[in-house]
Amino acid sequence: MRAIAIILQRELNAYFKAPLGWVVAAVVLLLSGLLFYAEALGPAAGARLSADVLARFFFSVSGLVAIAAIVLSVRLLTEERQSGSIVLLHTSPVRDRDIVLGKFFAAFVFLTGITLATLYLPLLLLVNGKVSWGHIAVGYLGLLLLGGAVLAIGLFASVLTRNSLAAAVTGGALTGGMFLLWPLASVMGPPLAGVFAGLAIHGRHFSGFQVGVLHLRDVVYYLSVTYFFLLLATRTLDARRWQ
Amino acid sequence: MISASGLAKYFGGKRALGPVSFEIGRGETVGFLGLNGAGKTTTLRILAGDLRPSAGSLIVNGSDAIRDPIAVRRLVGFLPEQPPLYPDMTVDDYLCFAGRLRGMAPADVKRRVADVEELIELKAVRGELIRNLSQGYRQRVGLAQAVIHEPELLILDEPAHDLDPAQIVEMRTLLGTLREHHTILVSSHNLPEISQTCDRLLVLDGGEIIASGSEPELAARWLDTFRIEVAIRLPNSGSEMESVSDAATLPPVAAAITALRSIDGVRGITARAQPQEGGASIHVESGEDRRAEISRTLVEGGFDVIRLELSRDELESVFLELVRGAERARDRDHPAA
Repeated sequence: MRAIAIILQRELNAYFKAPLGWVVAAVVLLLSGLLFYAEALGPAAGARLSADVLARFFFSVSGLVAIAAIVLSVRLLTEERQSGSIVLLHTSPVRDRDIVLGKFFAAFVFLTGITLATLYLPLLLLVNGKVSWGHIAVGYLGLLLLGGAVLAIGLFASVLTRNSLAAAVTGGALTGGMFLLWPLASVMGPPLAGVFAGLAIHGRHFSGFQVGVLHLRDVVYYLSVTYFFLLLATRTLDARRWQ
Repeated sequence: MISASGLAKYFGGKRALGPVSFEIGRGETVGFLGLNGAGKTTTLRILAGDLRPSAGSLIVNGSDAIRDPIAVRRLVGFLPEQPPLYPDMTVDDYLCFAGRLRGMAPADVKRRVADVEELIELKAVRGELIRNLSQGYRQRVGLAQAVIHEPELLILDEPAHDLDPAQIVEMRTLLGTLREHHTILVSSHNLPEISQTCDRLLVLDGGEIIASGSEPELAARWLDTFRIEVAIRLPNSGSEMESVSDAATLPPVAAAITALRSIDGVRGITARAQPQEGGASIHVESGEDRRAEISRTLVEGGFDVIRLELSRDELESVFLELVRGAERARDRDHPAA
């Protein structure tokens, strides 16, 4: 636990010191504002219920959060391996699991900060429209669970290669593939349709969060994906010691 | 302190190391000497816990490095060839991070960082970002992270890598200071650099240990002829030395040569004037290492000995001969198809 906290603190400081973290935050905030404007006030918005606008907002921002998670996570271990600084972690009395968790939680805390910075937009709906606190809270829980799962995928991709671009492509392809399972499910017959829909990282599992309905199965799904990819990352990091 | 038995490492199907076996005692400074690709870095990475061996056993201070690597890593400070630095951190923050990572309490880390910065002369750059430091300072910061937690075992892979001659001398001095407190393993492909700081050398080639021993032991085993250089001071002979063509004709030098000829096993003696040292250097060839007898004979004869050493060129040739011999043996055992 102590080692996780030490690594988390270093990584979090690195996000604040490097331009990448600030650029990601700025782009997410800018695009979420523009998307909110288009959904709620833009010429194509039309007359919609506030709850419907909020659901569409969560849908749009979920895409931004997923992309931000990939960008933030792929550098986590590629840079360490490229610069050789990973040797400090590898030769310290620290378990590989602690290295992976320290880095994951640092990225998660930073992503949570960025995501919560968009909260002023739903609050505008709360003040001027008719949405519940519960809808907002469940929507943000969904965004953070989705973000965590994609961060874990990106972190796993960053263990596979020393090259940030290759890691971004791998992480992007894995996440994109898991997004695509949902539209694929709609063109498949049973039983594959059910399997694809059940594994898709968006669609069935995110739709409840979008409309403010919390299903335990969706929470378990995102936590399972996160756990699975963090476990893969830990095992791959450990396997590197044999190579 | 360290007991390695049958240690081997394969990368894919390619053998990088071993099987090698060796013992290293507490407080020893041991040099791993070999050409590039000899297996030095692989050995040191295994000892530091960065790599796992494919076969063999490794016991460090009573702990099994394969079954309980965390316990062994607590004892080790490692400086790889490329120092493991974070360019976005200041020297202070980086050393605090390295100390905390090695299990030090926050209050102890602050005190220790100040001590290490003093010891390794980093005070002037303590607030600088690592990315702005020169190569020499980066190497120092790398060394500082390796000693921050006062490890029993200090492992340094090519610590003079990429340093200029002045920085190499500084690094050697630093190692001299550190060997008082740590068991040190240091690798190099440069014999003079390593032999001056180490009690014992392990010579590696093709992933195998081909020789081991102290510098004089290796020389005794592998040199047919020892070339020893001794310099004596010649008071009030400055102008005389400028004009003389053969230093052996100077009366004090001729007397020294006569005295040296009385030593058993001495084969040839030549002399050369060394005006910048205010004396003459005498080159003695012998079948065995006669440095002690030479020193004693000259001092008893009333000569001022100002330098006495085995010729460095000779040591280099021992090293090259060892490596070539190992290559010839491998070629004999596995002739090219």
